[in-house]
Amino acid sequence: MRERVTYRSKVLPYLLVAPQIAVTIVFFLWPASQALYQSVQRQDPFGLRTRFVGLDNFVAIFEDPGYLHSLQVTAVFSICVATLALGLALLLAVAADRAVRGATTYKTLLIWPYAVAPAVAGVLWMFLFNPTIGSVSYALRTLGYGWNHLLDGTEAMVLVVLAATWKQISYNFIFFLAGLQAIPKSLIEAAAIDGAGPNRRFWTIVLPLLSPTAFFLLVVNVVYAFFDTFGIIHSVTSGGPARATEILVYKVFYDAFEALDLGGSAAQSVILMVIVIGLTVVQFRYVERRVHY
Amino acid sequence: MLQRNTLLAAAAACVLAAAPAVAQQPVEIQFWHAMGGALNDWVDDLAKGFNDSQKTYKVVAVNKGNYTEVMTGAIAAFRAGKAPHIIQVFEVGTATMMAAKGAVKPVYEVMAEAGITWDPKAYLPAVVGYYTTTDGKMLSMPLNSSSPIFYYNKDAFKKAGLPDKAPATWPEVRAAAKKLQAAGVPCGISTAWPSWVLLENFSAWHNLPFGTLENGFAGLGTEFQINSPAHVTHLERIAEMQKAKEFDYGGRRGDSQVKFTNAECGMYLQSSAGLSSILKTAKFDVGFGMMPYWPDLTKGPNGGPQNSILGGATLWVLGGKSKPEVKGVAEFFAYLSKPDVQAASHQRTGYLPITLAAYELTKKQGFYEKNPGFEIANQQMTLNPPTANSKGIRFGNLVQIRDIFEEEMEAVFAGKKTAKAALDTSVQRGNALLRQFERDNK
Repeated sequence: MRERVTYRSKVLPYLLVAPQIAVTIVFFLWPASQALYQSVQRQDPFGLRTRFVGLDNFVAIFEDPGYLHSLQVTAVFSICVATLALGLALLLAVAADRAVRGATTYKTLLIWPYAVAPAVAGVLWMFLFNPTIGSVSYALRTLGYGWNHLLDGTEAMVLVVLAATWKQISYNFIFFLAGLQAIPKSLIEAAAIDGAGPNRRFWTIVLPLLSPTAFFLLVVNVVYAFFDTFGIIHSVTSGGPARATEILVYKVFYDAFEALDLGGSAAQSVILMVIVIGLTVVQFRYVERRVHY
Repeated sequence: MLQRNTLLAAAAACVLAAAPAVAQQPVEIQFWHAMGGALNDWVDDLAKGFNDSQKTYKVVAVNKGNYTEVMTGAIAAFRAGKAPHIIQVFEVGTATMMAAKGAVKPVYEVMAEAGITWDPKAYLPAVVGYYTTTDGKMLSMPLNSSSPIFYYNKDAFKKAGLPDKAPATWPEVRAAAKKLQAAGVPCGISTAWPSWVLLENFSAWHNLPFGTLENGFAGLGTEFQINSPAHVTHLERIAEMQKAKEFDYGGRRGDSQVKFTNAECGMYLQSSAGLSSILKTAKFDVGFGMMPYWPDLTKGPNGGPQNSILGGATLWVLGGKSKPEVKGVAEFFAYLSKPDVQAASHQRTGYLPITLAAYELTKKQGFYEKNPGFEIANQQMTLNPPTANSKGIRFGNLVQIRDIFEEEMEAVFAGKKTAKAALDTSVQRGNALLRQFERDNK
């Protein structure tokens, strides 16, 4: 039987968790309850007239083809960003782990993008790909490809996925690299002596031992793709063209702050909250089973 | 006794000393606006000019971001009980502000309360009409109004062997685009503000209804009519031009301006307020003209164009302010309407002169002979007396609706939808938002 640490004072444990609880109340429970409250109301922008409308806002959302479209866009965007950011970061981390010379330089350079704010990253990519004055689009044009993400939804999606991935790779890279360095060299050497090639060693030893890191990063990356990419979408495409890059969180912002539809926007954020809670539960219940700690 | 007298005397002295200090403290008027860059300096100069002209009031002009940010910021401040006195609201926010009875104080009330004699007839009818109720009451004070005009690259026109004048009709524009392309210019024409230029102004310019109930002026029960055969034909033709890059879509707002100033497109439709920045950035001679029209689609007088409608912003006064503050706002508005102040603003920015006197003054100063581009917006606006189709548009939720119209147009230009299908969907989706606005504002 395991020995349990107990506190003598009854108050102390509560005192110790109090800051955490306070933060949760102020930054999660209180705003979330406000969103719930607003989602069953309709209000004019100035807050002069308020009506209780029950679930009308939710019904309107699910009847809106634009919302269902936004759900699809979010799914495509999140899967692309999470897969690319995890895959590329792992590739780079493995490479950096093996690098003999200049490893520190690679590592430093790879970590830099993380320090860039999403909006700045967005503007950077926007300028590179601007159909008229961007250097990348100029290069593409000389190769015979007319890049115009202002009109072509697929190109716009590619652009925001690229920008969002580029920014997230650094974060994933640090964690993967730390994870790789924590793997005991003896295990890998033993496998090498037994005749396992680098490929085999990676799939049977390195990857399973990295799985806790990978799982943690999966959760973080999905949340990143759902929420933190707002700044990139806002600065690069504003959800366009023709809503091709309008992810759910951007739609929540747009409907509240541009369209001034507070009730509808609150209802959307409630749905978004449910989706993310659901996704996290699924990840912990089903994906975590395959993780070895 | 002596003590009491001394005290009284001391108190009296204090009051006397304090009184001038109180009088010297000017009443502060908070003014939130969305003018950035060179236009920010312009607004600062307006406030400074007013503050230097008198001592009682002090206008504090603050840039609060773009138009939507100013509006949402002011709304949030209002809800928190800390509203500014004056906010600059773009024309599409008009219906939202009008519906916010109790939150805003109409300009005619502000002027009456301050006891300032003031004649709404001194303002350009085409400008004021946009912001006036159907019974003739002016709700907000026009600050910056503009209208889309036609720009062309004189150097490219010369190279393509085209005459040095703006094509008057769309078929002429198309012919010019072909010639420009033959001379090596990649694209013929592009436009800024797609919905404002290609739908809203197209309708007014061709005297076609944009929506029922006088384009929404006569009531909240209005519905869009932009899927009429004329609208569909117009958009079909532009979409056809897009295929050969005779027209090339360059994004919303003013995003496409680089296409023109980089000489990628030889012709351009953009707000007259873009004048100064276009003249500053273009490395070629810029020519101007009125917007083109379709001779077979127009319902204007004598088969020509009707008149254009404006865009831009006005100043709204928020309610719940004290008497001296309201008086200060009124004085500031009276200052802004002075012919010399107005004329200077017009010549500096390319926005329309708001008053007839300012227009006449600018003419008399010979400004238009030296700067031909600056008069076109005014000529377009006053080309003919406005009809129910061309005095403006007034719809609730217009910020969202414009985005819907623009995304549907994007689908057409990308070749994903036919013009008819896109305009039908635009009407249907737009109407749904109009009904929501009607329900919310009963």
